[in-house]
Amino acid sequence: MVDNSSSEILFSEDTKIDGTVGHCFADDAKMSMRNVNVFYDKKQAINNISLDLARNQVTALIGPSGCGKSTFLRCMNRMNDNIAICRVEGEFKLDDEDIYAKKMDPVLLRARVGMVFQKPNPFPKSIYENVAYGPKIHGLASNKAELDEIVITSLQKAGLFNEVKDRLDDSGTSLSGGQQQRLCIARTIAVSPEVILMDEPASALDPIATAVIEELIDELKEKYTIAIVTHSMQQAARISQTTAYFHMGQLVEMGETKKIFTNPSHKLTENYITGRFG
Amino acid sequence: MTNPTKTKKTHLTSKTAMKETHSITEKVTASLRKRHAKEMRFKFAGRLAVALGFFLVLALVADITYKALPAFHQHWVKLDISYQQDWLSIESSSEKSLRKASYRKALKKSLYQMFDEVQGRKNKRKLFKMFSGNAEFTIKDFLIASPHFVGEKKSVWVRLDDDVDTYLKDDPILGEAGVRIDENQALWIKSLIDKDLIEKRFNFSFFTNGDSREPELAGIRGALTGTIFTMLVTLALSFPLGVAAALYLEEFAPRNRWTDIIEVNINNLAAVPSIIFGLLGLAVIINIFGLPRSAPLVGGIVLTLMTLPTIIIASRASIKAVPPSIREAAMGIGASKMQTTFSHVLPMAMPGIMTGTIIGLAQALGETAPLLMIGMVAFIVDVPTGITDAATVMPVQIFLWADSPERAFLAKTSAAILVLLGFLLVMNTIAALLRKEFEKQ
Repeated sequence: MVDNSSSEILFSEDTKIDGTVGHCFADDAKMSMRNVNVFYDKKQAINNISLDLARNQVTALIGPSGCGKSTFLRCMNRMNDNIAICRVEGEFKLDDEDIYAKKMDPVLLRARVGMVFQKPNPFPKSIYENVAYGPKIHGLASNKAELDEIVITSLQKAGLFNEVKDRLDDSGTSLSGGQQQRLCIARTIAVSPEVILMDEPASALDPIATAVIEELIDELKEKYTIAIVTHSMQQAARISQTTAYFHMGQLVEMGETKKIFTNPSHKLTENYITGRFG
Repeated sequence: MTNPTKTKKTHLTSKTAMKETHSITEKVTASLRKRHAKEMRFKFAGRLAVALGFFLVLALVADITYKALPAFHQHWVKLDISYQQDWLSIESSSEKSLRKASYRKALKKSLYQMFDEVQGRKNKRKLFKMFSGNAEFTIKDFLIASPHFVGEKKSVWVRLDDDVDTYLKDDPILGEAGVRIDENQALWIKSLIDKDLIEKRFNFSFFTNGDSREPELAGIRGALTGTIFTMLVTLALSFPLGVAAALYLEEFAPRNRWTDIIEVNINNLAAVPSIIFGLLGLAVIINIFGLPRSAPLVGGIVLTLMTLPTIIIASRASIKAVPPSIREAAMGIGASKMQTTFSHVLPMAMPGIMTGTIIGLAQALGETAPLLMIGMVAFIVDVPTGITDAATVMPVQIFLWADSPERAFLAKTSAAILVLLGFLLVMNTIAALLRKEFEKQ
């Protein structure tokens, strides 16, 4: 029953994807991607997508599972370089710098474009070490006092400092799921990136922890440009300024979040946000 | 369809449904008993296996310990030695002449004086053979240490010969059959015991001496030192090489036909008979590179070749088991491949690597075959002082002693096995402690 109706929704005339509708380019773009194609071996995961991440805004990438939004996110700091069968085509620019250029070192890129993952993945080291690791390897602090300063401000920014200030030497894995995720965010911002990519950062968390993370994201956008992949449409609606709807490797619609959720232009977007499939 | 039929039908279906539920419960209950019985049977079999294994190990250790006990003490006898100048054939009591003196003659004459009832060359020879061949050196050392006893009579404790020692220890296994003492000798021993001149002491020399043809003098120290040197060389070579190879293959190497071939060959290498590595050691390391024969250095290199595949395979498995999320986390904040590998992957894989290393080293510890070809299966008296000295190892020592005809070597063999097991235990304990330390992090 369900299968029938969803295939009806997916393959009727007005759900054909014919280029992207809406506004996928920003006036003040921090990152801009053009004509991106991504292949896993022979299978195409991303099909000719172009979009911008607006500076100091939260851009939400939504869409059903397997639509390529995580793949796209991972291409933006070259995390897919490590996957041998993955091939990326198209233009990725960070402030007019080509991030796939030969002279761009992925290590430097990832220091500028940080990433927070779906599952909280703190290092099995102390809370302090977790946050200090990034600044240490990049040589951001010249002495212990500076390093302490970075660790404390990062934890404060991530809204975790008050909860852990008495046990910075405890293992990062001893924290609760929500705290671990905020620790991961603190770890990412300790390197002072320009862009933060978040791959479903709250999907493994309970509603209260999720609310804390969402609040945090809202504050972080003052300083950082954020792209977030999420499965929760409410979350996208709450925290993002721009929303991009992905479908089967294509960008169907992109635009102001308010508009996407109240008055989507494309039938597929409408079907997805009204919960008729996905 | 009319209403009543519909109700009836619903009623019917619900009844069938109930019946079905009922029969499902029955079926599950019936199969449940079977499943539980199966589980119980398996648990019982498991317990039996554990108990049997434990019993066998216990029996082995108990047997070895029981047989080894006689090796840990030995009998000494107090002899009245006359350090007469003419017996020693010396003119002065200078150290130089004392070193050259004839102590065997002095010992013999003193003995004949003590046992003046012994007559005839045959009997005298029998009497002299009751004392360790080392006795003349014991009295020599004594006199050189205190030369003012020249010309005087002094009681000195010397070792008894191993045949007498065995006789006094009441051989627990062979009993009378193991005794190589004739009636006369037994009488002389009895007279010594009656005069309270025989004493049972802890056998320190077992731990301080190298190997010897005389069982009462043979000790484990040479082989133990050789084993320690060989193991150190093996560890120092195989651990870094094995871990580096595993890290490279797992983290850095591209996946292609070459790495596949290498992987298959490493796995094959683990199954190569160990004596082949010995042949390689002889042909390449000794004959081409010219390293010394019988040396722990060469033994360690050969055992490294044997241990490497074990360490590489275990390390790779352990590195593979590190969750990819940790690698992504490190990469995500801009750590290079190298930094990710060494500060996150390696520490997390360390406990598994340690286990692999200890299995490899334990294997190497018990090897004799690869050492056969490089000259480490040999009778070596001196305790090695470095990795290029001639040495032998514990399992070789055990084999050599087990092969010796003297009765007293039986206990030595068991004692050496105990020392080897103890060595293994110490090695494993250190590894376990290190492992725990790594797991804590």
